[in-house]
Amino acid sequence: MPASDLLKDGARQMMICNACRYCEGYCAVFPAMEQRRIFTKADLVYLANLCFDCRDCYYACQYAPPHEFGVNIPKLMGELRADTYREFSWPAILSGLFKRNGLAVSLITAGALVAISILVLVFKGSDILFATHLGEGAFYRVVPYAAMTVPPLVIALYGLAVLFAGALRFWRETRGSLSEVIDAGAFWRATQDAFGLTYLKGGGAGCNYPDARFSQSRRWFHHLVFYGFLFDLASTSIAAFYDHFLGWQAPYPLWSWPVVLGTIGGVGLLIGTSGLLYLKWTSDRDPSTERMANMDIAFLLLLLLTSLTGMLLLAFRQNAAMGTLLVIHLAMVAGVFITAPYGKFAHVVYRYAALVRYAMEQKRIQPGA
Amino acid sequence: MARPAVVHDYLLMNSLVTQPVDVLVVGGGNAGLCAAITARRAGARVLVLESATQDFRAGNSRHTRDIRYMHKSATRYVTGAYAEEEFWEDLRQVTGGETNERLARLTIQASEDLEAWIAMNGVRWQKPLRGTLHLARSNLFMLGGGKAMMNAYYQTASNLGVEVAYESEVHELKIRDGEFISASCNDERREVRAKTVVVASGGFEANIPWLREYWGDAADNFIIRGTKQNQGRMLKELLKHGAQPIGDPRGCHAVALDGRAPKFDGGIVTRLDSVPFGIVVNKEAKRFYDEGEDFWPKRYAIWGGLIARQPDQIAYSVVDAKGLPHFMPSVFPPVEADSIPKLATTLGLDPAGLGAAVNEFNRAARPGVFDPGSLDSCRTEGLDPPKSHWARPIDTPPYYGYPLRPGITFTYLGVTVDEQARVVMHDNQPAKNIFAAGEVMAGNILRKGYLAGFGLTIGSVFGRIAGREAARYARF
Repeated sequence: MPASDLLKDGARQMMICNACRYCEGYCAVFPAMEQRRIFTKADLVYLANLCFDCRDCYYACQYAPPHEFGVNIPKLMGELRADTYREFSWPAILSGLFKRNGLAVSLITAGALVAISILVLVFKGSDILFATHLGEGAFYRVVPYAAMTVPPLVIALYGLAVLFAGALRFWRETRGSLSEVIDAGAFWRATQDAFGLTYLKGGGAGCNYPDARFSQSRRWFHHLVFYGFLFDLASTSIAAFYDHFLGWQAPYPLWSWPVVLGTIGGVGLLIGTSGLLYLKWTSDRDPSTERMANMDIAFLLLLLLTSLTGMLLLAFRQNAAMGTLLVIHLAMVAGVFITAPYGKFAHVVYRYAALVRYAMEQKRIQPGA
Repeated sequence: MARPAVVHDYLLMNSLVTQPVDVLVVGGGNAGLCAAITARRAGARVLVLESATQDFRAGNSRHTRDIRYMHKSATRYVTGAYAEEEFWEDLRQVTGGETNERLARLTIQASEDLEAWIAMNGVRWQKPLRGTLHLARSNLFMLGGGKAMMNAYYQTASNLGVEVAYESEVHELKIRDGEFISASCNDERREVRAKTVVVASGGFEANIPWLREYWGDAADNFIIRGTKQNQGRMLKELLKHGAQPIGDPRGCHAVALDGRAPKFDGGIVTRLDSVPFGIVVNKEAKRFYDEGEDFWPKRYAIWGGLIARQPDQIAYSVVDAKGLPHFMPSVFPPVEADSIPKLATTLGLDPAGLGAAVNEFNRAARPGVFDPGSLDSCRTEGLDPPKSHWARPIDTPPYYGYPLRPGITFTYLGVTVDEQARVVMHDNQPAKNIFAAGEVMAGNILRKGYLAGFGLTIGSVFGRIAGREAARYARF
C-alpha cells in the first residue's frame, strides 16, 4: 500500500477506535489515542511504535474483518512500523535493505561467512583452520586478536550511530522537542515498561498468540531472548575486560564468568527464539504484516543460529572442528551486528522512544501518576 | 477470525441428530452461553445452535461493554457499593414502574455473584479508566468489551464439551401441549430433538417487515445498531404456540445515530452526542424538539423516536466551532462549512430555511453561563420549541453538520416467564421444558427505558437460571 493510502486508512481506523474505546484496558496505544482527535502521520507513527503486536484488540474487535469497517489494528500498526524503520534509517540508500529483509539478512550473513573463511584460508591456511588448538589464545590462532576485536567494534559503533540518528528522527517527526527529553522520570518509567514488557501483558490477559486464546508465552519467550541477549553481551564485555586489563586470553574455563553468562544467555536465546519462531509459524496470519513477519523471522533465525553456533563452539572447542565453528559463529555475529540497524533490531529504539513519549504524555494528563 | 466456516452439515454428521440432547440452546449470545455453560456444568449434554457465522456469532452481546450488578462494597473493578434498593430505585425510575417487581428483584439479587461467576468462566474485568468513570461504581467493564467476553465464553463452553453449530438458524419449534419436541433448522432440512429447549435468540429489531407492521414505511429508514440475525423467529414461534406475550409490540429502544451508519451492526461508534450543543432540524430545516431538555444520557433514547416521526426519518444536527469540543468524536467526520447557507447546501437543506432557523434560534438565545456539566442558564425565550439549556447562539464558524437517523437498539416485546425462566403459556401455566433467557424475555423486567449494562444483567441471570432448570428437568 502506498504510504499516503496507508496513512489515510490509519486515520480512518483510528477514528473508529476513538469512537469505540473498548480496548483501552489492553495497552498504551488506546489511552494515547484518546488524547487525540485527528490522526496525522506523526500521531500514527507514534502509536504504531507504541503497539507491541499482542493482537488482543484484533480478536476483541466488533469491527474486525469481515465486518465492513475492516478494523485490523495489529496489521495497520505493523505496516506503519515497517515504514518507520525504513524511512528513519540512514543512509537512505541502504533503506532498501528493509524491503526484502529476509533476503538481505541472509545475503549479508552469507557474505560475512565467505569473507571470513577466505581471509582465514588466505592468511592462515587450511592447516590451521582444521587443526586442534588448545590452551590460552586458541581462538586467536585461527582468527587473530585484532581481526576479532576491531571490525566488530567499528560495526557496533556504526550501528549504534544509525539507530541513534533514527531515534532522533522519530522524536522530531512525532513533534517532540529535544529539550523535553531531559525527563529522568519518563525514562525510568519507559525503562520499566521495556524491561518488564508491560504491554505484552494485555491488561493481565496476555497476548493472543497463536490464536484467540490468551497466553503469556510470547512475553516469556521474548524475555528469554532479550535477557539472553543481555547475558551474552555481558559475557563478551567481561571477556574483553579480562583480555585487555587482566591479560587473560580466551578460551576461558567452564566455570568462568564469560562462559557461565554466555551459556545461560545462549540457552535463553535458543529457547526464546525457537519459541517465538514457533508462535509466528503457527499464528493466525490475518492480523500480521508480511513485511514485519519477514523482518521478525530473519532476525530470530539469525539470533538462533548465532546462539546455536556459539553453544557448539563451546562444546567442541577442544576439537578439530573448533576453527570451522569459530568462523561460522563469527560470521553469524557479524550478520547480527551489520544488519542490526537495518532490520527488526531497530524496534528496540523506536519502541523505547515511543514508551518515553507515552510516559511524558501520561504525566501531563495525570500528574503524579 | 478467518477460520474455515463451520460446515452446514455439522448436524448431519454428528451423532446428536440421532439421539436427543438434554438441553438445546437456541441463540449463542450472552444469555445462551450462560445457559449452555451452566447446564453443561450440571452434567447435561448441550447443543447451541447459532444462526450467525463464527465471525459474527453472539448477536448483540458482541457490541456490549459493561454489566450492571448489585454489590455491597467497592472491589478492584468497581469504585463503590451499589445496593439492592438503589438498583431497584434506578430501575423503577427508568421503567416508570413498568416492571415485574418479583422478577426484577430476583434479577438484582442474583446479579450479586456475577462478578465472580463471569470471571470464573474466563472473562476478564477492566479496572476503572477515564472512559468508564460515569458508570464505574455500578457497572463492571469487560476487558476488551463484549466480543472479548463472548470469545471467553465460547472457549469455556468448548473446554467443557458444549457442542456449538454455527450458521444454524432455527426456523420452527415443534411444541405439543406446551411441551417442546424438536426444532427444525436451516429450512427444515434438519430436525433436532431435545429434552428441553432454552430460547435465547434475542428480539426482532432486525426484522424490517415486522417493524413495518407498527411503523409503516418509516421502518425502511431505521438503522439497526446490532446484529442482522435478530429476526425474532423464535419469539414469533413461541407466541404462535401460545406463549403469553409481554411488553408493547411497538416498543423499541431507539436512539439518534449518525445517518451514515451501516444498516446493521454499526454498534457503538455510530452514536452521536452532538444534539445538546447545537440545534436539530428536520429535512424542511425546521426545529422540532427541545435539544437541551435534560442531560444527554437521560434524553438520547427519546431522539430515535423523535426522528422516526419526522419526514423521511432524517434530521440534521448543526453545531458551531464552540460546540464541537464538547462531545465525543464520532466515527464519521462532520460536514464542515464556513457559513450556514453553505452548510445547508452540502447537507441538502434549503439554505434560506436553515439560515432562518439559525437566526431565529440565535435571537431567542438568552445570555447565560454555559456549563455542560449542569443544567445551565443558557436558554431560549419566546422560541417554539424552546431549548432549555446549553442554548448558545450558533455564530462561530466553521459550522458543522451531522445527518441523524433513528437507530434501533432492541425491541421490548417478549414472552412471559416465571422465576424458573419457564415460558408461561396462555393458560397461565408454565411450559414444562421451554425456557427463555435474554432479550426475548427482558420485557418481563424492563418494558420501558433502559439502564446501561442491564441487558447483560438480565441475560446472565436468566441464562444461568434457564441452564440450571433445563438441566434439572432433562436429567431427572
